[in-house]
Amino acid sequence: MIEIQNVHKSFGALQVLKGINLTVAKGEVLTVIGGSGSGKSTLLTCINGLEQIDSGRILVDGVEVHAKSTDLNKLREKIGIVFQQWNAFPHLTVLENVMLAQIKVLKRSKSDAEAEAVRQLNHVGLADKLKVYPSRLSGGQQQRMAIARALAMSPDYMLFDEVTSALDPQLVGEVLDTLRMLASEGMTMICVTHEMKFAREVSDRVAFFHKGVMAEIAAPEELFGAPKDPELQKFLAATH
Amino acid sequence: MFDTALTAKDLVFLAQGAGMTLFVTAISVFFGTIMGIIFGVIRYQIGPWWAAPLTFVLDVFRSIPLLIQLVLANAFVTTVLGLRVSGFTVACSVLSLYTAAYCSEIVRGGIEAVPPTLRRAARSLGMTWGQDMTYVVLPLATRVALPSWIGLALGVMKDSALVYIVQVVELLKSTQTLITRLQEPLFLLMICGLFYFLISFPIARFGGYLEKRWSND
Amino acid sequence: MFNYNFRWNQALNSLPDMLEGALVTMEIAILSMVIGITVAILLTLFRLSGNRILYAIATTWVEIARNTPALFQIYMVHFGLGGFGIHLSPYMSLLIGIAFNNAGYLTENFRGALKAIPETQTRAARSLGMSPLQAFQNVILPQMLRISFLPMTNQMVWAILMTSLGAVVAMNTDLYGVTSELNARTFRTFELFAIAAVIFYLITKAITLSARLLAARLFRY
Repeated sequence: MIEIQNVHKSFGALQVLKGINLTVAKGEVLTVIGGSGSGKSTLLTCINGLEQIDSGRILVDGVEVHAKSTDLNKLREKIGIVFQQWNAFPHLTVLENVMLAQIKVLKRSKSDAEAEAVRQLNHVGLADKLKVYPSRLSGGQQQRMAIARALAMSPDYMLFDEVTSALDPQLVGEVLDTLRMLASEGMTMICVTHEMKFAREVSDRVAFFHKGVMAEIAAPEELFGAPKDPELQKFLAATH
Repeated sequence: MFDTALTAKDLVFLAQGAGMTLFVTAISVFFGTIMGIIFGVIRYQIGPWWAAPLTFVLDVFRSIPLLIQLVLANAFVTTVLGLRVSGFTVACSVLSLYTAAYCSEIVRGGIEAVPPTLRRAARSLGMTWGQDMTYVVLPLATRVALPSWIGLALGVMKDSALVYIVQVVELLKSTQTLITRLQEPLFLLMICGLFYFLISFPIARFGGYLEKRWSND
Repeated sequence: MFNYNFRWNQALNSLPDMLEGALVTMEIAILSMVIGITVAILLTLFRLSGNRILYAIATTWVEIARNTPALFQIYMVHFGLGGFGIHLSPYMSLLIGIAFNNAGYLTENFRGALKAIPETQTRAARSLGMSPLQAFQNVILPQMLRISFLPMTNQMVWAILMTSLGAVVAMNTDLYGVTSELNARTFRTFELFAIAAVIFYLITKAITLSARLLAARLFRY
């Protein structure tokens, strides 16, 4: 379970998160929508401790992320994150990209890591690209590789930060399909996205962020069907 | 503070050495740069194929230790040709050619960094080759080349320490002479090193600053 | 045309000795590069550590190496350390002097290379649970070395050329040292040093060429 309690965060004078309260249960798929600068991406990087927070608490399975005593590297093994920019390691093949952290962080043996990597790459449809360097892959393929890389760590939670935003339109579908598949398998996921159709289809709940505040959160039918917040109404009108 | 046998006369001796270092450097950088620009423009203008012999000769200067270049040049002029030429002349000539070899590389790189479309635009406005070179290529190429050229000039100053081999008493050689006499190697070397550092460091920083500023726009 | 009698045969008789010296020259250059690269990686870590003292050590090293003559650095190792009662053989002085110089220049090259690697690479590695050191070692370092490959090749050529500076610490087993000892005995200065020049030239070309071949094999991405 991920519990976010009254979290504040600012970059200099700019307040990006103004008291967020949110709980994500095991097996839940939550999507977060909102305009740029609404703080939705920052929230994800706070959850896995890549960013500090100013006040409040974030608990992952009861462990406080920003407590001094918390071993962040240990915690991050539980939480996979995939970014807008896929960040393939250019000097490693696709297979090695997925194996690296398994060996170095989880201390898996080379053969175990390889087996897991092959399994995950199969899963995301890259079985024929194992020995290829990322520079030879399309953006969509690199993003799917990044997803496999995160999944290979056997995380309990997956965070997706606008994973289709940097992709060419024709490549968005293949990545969303991968996310749909994960959702249907019961993975606990928080997806920050601009894809409304996707959000409507896969989510258990959808949260709308506006200017650092979670303005509305509801089941997709309700949030898209009968939005209450005026900003959300404006936002939805603009995206259609 | 220091207990040293160093006298005022010795300091003058060191200062003379430092003066020689700067003098040799100034002459070599001056002539080397002129030759380097000429060679660089020629190499660019006639293309890599025709420039191959020139490129080869210049590359030799960058592939053989400077010390050997100095010894060879000295031996060639004095024993093979039998001329009476001072070590100072040999040192400046070799260092100038050595500078030119690196400089032509910098100049060529600078010219190549000017986009050909820009030059076509200049020529299509009716500018002559000379005008194009003077008003378009030169100012733009200078921006690319100047930081490297500053690095080269400082490199020549440091490399000029090698001209002791043809009996030119520059800073390091005069330091060495004093060390032999006074037996205070650490103290004397500190003075010598500090001199190089105080000249090189600020200028290198300035070059780095130019590079940063010019690459940002 | 010349009154000078070239005696190439006599000089060429010394070729085996000189080639042996060339081996010592290459040995010093290679060792100095191995030490130089290792130290440069360490100094780069010092710079990234965020510790002021370590940062100052790295910066001082780099600036001294880049702003004083290599000849001075070798001299300093040999005679300067002598002032502290540390007396090194000419071989060690030359090796340490060149390695010092290499480390300084390479650290600066590495700094430039790091700028070319996106910050997000570290972030991606950290988000997979790697520690800062693991991220550096497995993700940043290999890319940094690749980007710096050409400057490293140039530094290797410099290291070869710098071995000639052993003359100042009475080094007599490297190519320059052997040549100058032969010269002291036979006075065929021009012939001997011309041969040495050719050998130096061939070594540097061999290095550039093999570096290019190596790069093609190593960097397939």
